[in-house]
Amino acid sequence: MKFRFLPIILMIFFLAVFTIFYQGLKNYNIYIPKDNITKKIPPIKIKTLKNDNEVRLDKIFKGNNFYLMNIWSSWCVPCKDEHKFLVELSQNPKLEIIGLNYKDNDVNAKNFLNQFSNPYKTIIQDKNGTIAIEWGAYGVPESFLVHKNKIIKKIIGPLNENLLIEIENIIR
Amino acid sequence: MKFLKILIFIFFYLNPSYSSAGEEDKQNDITKNLRCLICQGQSVYDSDSEFANSLKILVKKKLDEGMEEKEIYEYMKNKYGEWILYDPEFNKNTYFLWILPILLFLAGGFVVFRLFIINKN
Repeated sequence: MKFRFLPIILMIFFLAVFTIFYQGLKNYNIYIPKDNITKKIPPIKIKTLKNDNEVRLDKIFKGNNFYLMNIWSSWCVPCKDEHKFLVELSQNPKLEIIGLNYKDNDVNAKNFLNQFSNPYKTIIQDKNGTIAIEWGAYGVPESFLVHKNKIIKKIIGPLNENLLIEIENIIR
Repeated sequence: MKFLKILIFIFFYLNPSYSSAGEEDKQNDITKNLRCLICQGQSVYDSDSEFANSLKILVKKKLDEGMEEKEIYEYMKNKYGEWILYDPEFNKNTYFLWILPILLFLAGGFVVFRLFIINKN
């Protein structure tokens, strides 16, 4: 008599647990932190690949232009796959592509660009990966669409045709 | 008295937190509390991935610049979101997580009290 309601309570409990887990199965399972977008560009000085001169990041991303900051490396295989999309985007007059050369050797990086052509307006160096961390990046390849000194879109992984269309729609 | 002096000397001189290894220990402590975001269930300290290695360098750099442990966690949270920290913060999304063990403990205590102490009397 004491435990008359116990089976009913247990049934409701397990039903609730089942519903929660079943709904959970449908969730998108790649976690991307929400607060990574609409961040300001880190105000740091970095060296360029061209002549080792130090430049301030906010001097590169100036004005109302759109910029695509692309993290790449000569040793990164997916970077080779996305390179043709970067070259195509570099034809767009409304967009400037800035490269962040990640943990790379200068000679290899230059050879890579000679072989596959250079879509970048400016290339900055990141020898130990700390600048990529300042941007909130996970690795290579990764791209950040920047407008008015703010990151408006973050792309983790290589660019593809759909992302190319998406970027072109944003900057139109 | 001499014995006490020797004891104090040993305590301050040989205590690891007063030695020069202090900063490295602190760096290790911090990286143990940061999640390696591209790894499967590893901390930044445990991982040898490119991402984790860069984070280790950055933590060292920030410590050299004079940043406090808490400030470094805040900085990382600002870059990657709360997920990078192993300890979830106490807020409206996590209060249940924090309070549940206490509630279970109290409920268990209540059951034990009812079953064993009251029944005994």
